[in-house]
Amino acid sequence: MTAPTPTPVPPPPYGYVSPIPVRRAHLGDALASEWTKIRSVRATMWTLGTMILLMLGIGLSVAAIAAGEGGGMSEESALPLGFFGMLPASICVITLGVLTISSEYGTGMIRTTLTACPSRSRVLTAKAIVFFLLVFTVTLVVAFVVATAQVAMVDAAEPTGAEWARATVGAAGFMAVLGLLSMAVGALVRHSAGAITVMIGVLLLPLVAALFMFAPALKGLQEVLFTYSVPSQMIALYSAQPPFGEGGPAGWEALFILTGIAAVALGGAYALLNSRDV
Amino acid sequence: MIELDGLTKRYGTKTAVDHLSFRVRPGMITGFLGPNGAGKSTTMRMMLDLDNPTSGTVRIDGRHYRELDEPLKYIGALLDAKAMHGGRSAHNNLLCLAQSNRIPRSRVGEVLDLVGLTAVARKKSKGFSLGMGQRLGIASALLGDPEILMFDEPVNGLDPEGIHWIRNLMKSLASEGRTIFVSSHLMSEMALTADHLIVIGQGKLLADTSMADFIQQNSRSFVRLRSPQQERLRDVLHADGFVVVEAGNGTLEVDGASTDRLGELAAAHQLTLHELSAQRASLEEAFMQMTAGAVEYHAHGTGTDVHGGAPAAPGPAWGANSGWGAAPGPGSGPTGEGV
Repeated sequence: MTAPTPTPVPPPPYGYVSPIPVRRAHLGDALASEWTKIRSVRATMWTLGTMILLMLGIGLSVAAIAAGEGGGMSEESALPLGFFGMLPASICVITLGVLTISSEYGTGMIRTTLTACPSRSRVLTAKAIVFFLLVFTVTLVVAFVVATAQVAMVDAAEPTGAEWARATVGAAGFMAVLGLLSMAVGALVRHSAGAITVMIGVLLLPLVAALFMFAPALKGLQEVLFTYSVPSQMIALYSAQPPFGEGGPAGWEALFILTGIAAVALGGAYALLNSRDV
Repeated sequence: MIELDGLTKRYGTKTAVDHLSFRVRPGMITGFLGPNGAGKSTTMRMMLDLDNPTSGTVRIDGRHYRELDEPLKYIGALLDAKAMHGGRSAHNNLLCLAQSNRIPRSRVGEVLDLVGLTAVARKKSKGFSLGMGQRLGIASALLGDPEILMFDEPVNGLDPEGIHWIRNLMKSLASEGRTIFVSSHLMSEMALTADHLIVIGQGKLLADTSMADFIQQNSRSFVRLRSPQQERLRDVLHADGFVVVEAGNGTLEVDGASTDRLGELAAAHQLTLHELSAQRASLEEAFMQMTAGAVEYHAHGTGTDVHGGAPAAPGPAWGANSGWGAAPGPGSGPTGEGV
């Protein structure tokens, strides 16, 4: 070895010292590792590929239908049409988010991972950053392509800059944060099928339950579920005014709410990962 | 050097590891022996900071595992063969580990070559046989060229050539001054590789001794004789003051005698011998006796561990042939001189 070899290890009696120089590992190393992991499994390609197809296919179909109907949308821009592709695409993001961590538990890889990097927080942070950037970037590109096509195809009001930002950066952020929430649930549940089920439930159940609340006594609960269910938040993201009721969230608020929930779930995942046996 | 001090792990009321204290020294192979369920894997997981001890500490060169800067460069571990993502290629499985500890990419190819997996480096590890998975696990342990290596049951699933290979690998690693800690439930395997022995049963330390001492204390050596003139042979031996035990199948066993002496004696009386061999009662049996005691001792406390029928039965469940006594069965029981 040509490099200077400072040996932090106490002198003999220890016989063998690794010739590969040692320095303190940091987040950058964990990021490189997680990037290799996420790009080297098929699940990433499949889930993101399906997501792209769903966003493009549904987004363009909806735009074509709206264009065929003609008129009627003159007061609004065509950008909210992006919602229709985003809802099914979010299921792909949920799956990938959960698998990013739960597949390590399923295969036993987590033990190898944590032997190599004993800091649970560093592993989880690296996973979160890599996953967020990947999903954000992919969704941003696809959302931009879909939005451009929709605006070009449908005869509607010209979208403002703020509307463009929400339909692209906002939508990509929403998807990536939803994925982070799924990752946190994956870390808490440690079981792929279980965690995906939980997340699909979180995604759809409030809305479905609200649909069947006929009793007048449940009116208040029904409204809350309608307003704050994940699909409603997605619709709200595209809208400057609260689309449901008076006090509901609109625009960026939808993303902030989801970010808050994801932060709490990730906090729980950090705490549990640090205290739990692997 | 790994130091365990009062290491304890409880799951509810069950104590898996009970105040375990020992040292694993550099430059030699330390065998970690115990029947299934004795707490070996739990102990190893705690050494790697995967499980949190209920009490007690593990120090690696005086430091806690979490304080190691780049752990793979100090300690490499094979826990279970398939602790890899099956959908990832062997190369990528190792690459992501290497990156997390800033190990050069070229090292991945080196260790794959070392364990003989270069040809399947780009194949998904899902399709690997148990033996190949074991080799991949060993490659991941060697990745950081570490000072300490821990192997949990490394010969499991390997073919004879693979077993031979891992034995030699461990020996050569130890000769470089590394610390090798290897667990097994097979005494015979340990007798061939280990220099030092740590035996646990029911999570408790039963023995911490050098292999040579263990062999000396626990092996009974005797000479086995087989003759078509068995009756006469026995009389001759008796007449000369030897204690003869009839071992069935027409064989006789004589304690505390040399083959030379007995062969000369037979020749002097013109007796035909079909077999004259020095035998050593297997260490496996000594080990089983030692751990069976631990099973019995704790039977009323937990009673759920070894699935070997009644808890009081002294024969633990891992060995089919548990007949310890004057008559070790031919073939399976005694090992030859080559210990």
